[in-house]
Amino acid sequence: MRVHIDQEKCCGAGSCVLSAPEVFDQREEDGIVVLLDAEPPAGLHDAVHEAVAICPAAAISVEQADRAGRV
Amino acid sequence: MTTAERTEAEHGTGPDAGLAPLAVPAARAEGCPFDPAPGVERARREEPIARATLWDGSACWLVTRHQDVREVLGDPRFSADATRPGFPFLTAGGRELATVKPTFIRQDDPEHARLRRMLTADFMVKKVEAMRPEVQRLTDDLLDRMTTGRNSADLVAEFALPLPSLVICLLLGVPYDDHEFFQERSSLLLSLRSTAEEVRGAQEDLRRYLTRLAESKRSAPDDGIVSRLVARGDLDDEEIASMGRLLLIAGHETTANMTALSTLALLRNPDQLKRLRADPSLIKGAVEELLRYLTIVHNGLPRVATEEVTVGGRTIRAGEGVLCTLNSANRDDGVFPGGDALDVGRDARRHVAFGFGVHQCLGQPLARVELQIAVETLLRRLPDLRLAIPFEDVRFRHDMGIYGVHALPVAW
Repeated sequence: MRVHIDQEKCCGAGSCVLSAPEVFDQREEDGIVVLLDAEPPAGLHDAVHEAVAICPAAAISVEQADRAGRV
Repeated sequence: MTTAERTEAEHGTGPDAGLAPLAVPAARAEGCPFDPAPGVERARREEPIARATLWDGSACWLVTRHQDVREVLGDPRFSADATRPGFPFLTAGGRELATVKPTFIRQDDPEHARLRRMLTADFMVKKVEAMRPEVQRLTDDLLDRMTTGRNSADLVAEFALPLPSLVICLLLGVPYDDHEFFQERSSLLLSLRSTAEEVRGAQEDLRRYLTRLAESKRSAPDDGIVSRLVARGDLDDEEIASMGRLLLIAGHETTANMTALSTLALLRNPDQLKRLRADPSLIKGAVEELLRYLTIVHNGLPRVATEEVTVGGRTIRAGEGVLCTLNSANRDDGVFPGGDALDVGRDARRHVAFGFGVHQCLGQPLARVELQIAVETLLRRLPDLRLAIPFEDVRFRHDMGIYGVHALPVAW
């Protein structure tokens, strides 16, 4: 899994940080999303999918890896 | 021409276009105070993008399903700008407020994003999580005061309202001693019954109060939000006042009503109350479920289409208003199976109780922390908590934009 964020779209609601704090954080000065781990381990994939589903601004997207594990 | 005919004429729909237009805000059913209005529920099942008629006879579309609500609120072709023709107002007071300079809640990007981003740092998760000890202390103090030497009280007046009020005053740098003044004005601004004159008066009182406060922070700054906005130097006192007013009102009515209504909903669902008491680690999920089940923004969020958009198979034309009912979306069986039941073990995170799209509630991390602490502490400290009046006598806020109870007499 490869995670992408779009800081321009982000509205700083912080729901991704609550879903997957190992993957997402917020910038100190303005609360905009920061990506901590662009290729999170499998154990975090559900949490990342939840973050994508609940992000109000559609600022997060994921690419799934192929069978060989490449993204 | 009747209202129904006018609605039909405006939308050009034929007699077989479906149900008769629903009058919104629609009334909830007697005896089911936690459930959305029956008409709204029926619309979700039978005609998800339904025709509706507002108080002033104007027409709008009612959007009731989870997916459609998220689509509309997430689509920049639907504007939150109340000065656009066709914007659907829920009350005369709401229309009155649109005549004054709007806050970012009623502006579209990029102006909305520019102003909102001045505040996002104050409500970010880490910052709000760091406030837990302070919120816990305030919660314990209020409960100490409420319970000392007594075994009954009004939970709204003595706990549910003062807690978020103290917290938002602290955050903004507003003296809590003035709380009666702004609680009264806040109430007038959110009442569906307020006249345009009352809304104008309350709005002007708050504007004057907060403009004066901004001025005073210039010479005597503290570490509150108002002082920080003053120090930034890119807003005038009037703009700072309108941001402060928005935060003050939003911080007061929402968490207060969620706290009281959550308590009542748990008392009415003793099996769920028992589960939560037996396992306090459920509290975070339980709060999400309470947010979903209760959805206190009960009349929905208004938007107006800026171009033709198709939603749920219906074409909505430029200049037509839509009302997204969050409470019906949060009962959508397709997303929340058995959604009419309160289930504190449910995964309810996809709820839209805070709205959706770029306008989604800025204060949601704070609301979550306050609710988690308030509900957990209340249940822990008062194991015999019970309603002190018959359930039928509880006065629900049918008349307010934010749903809840006017008072909640409890005993312990």
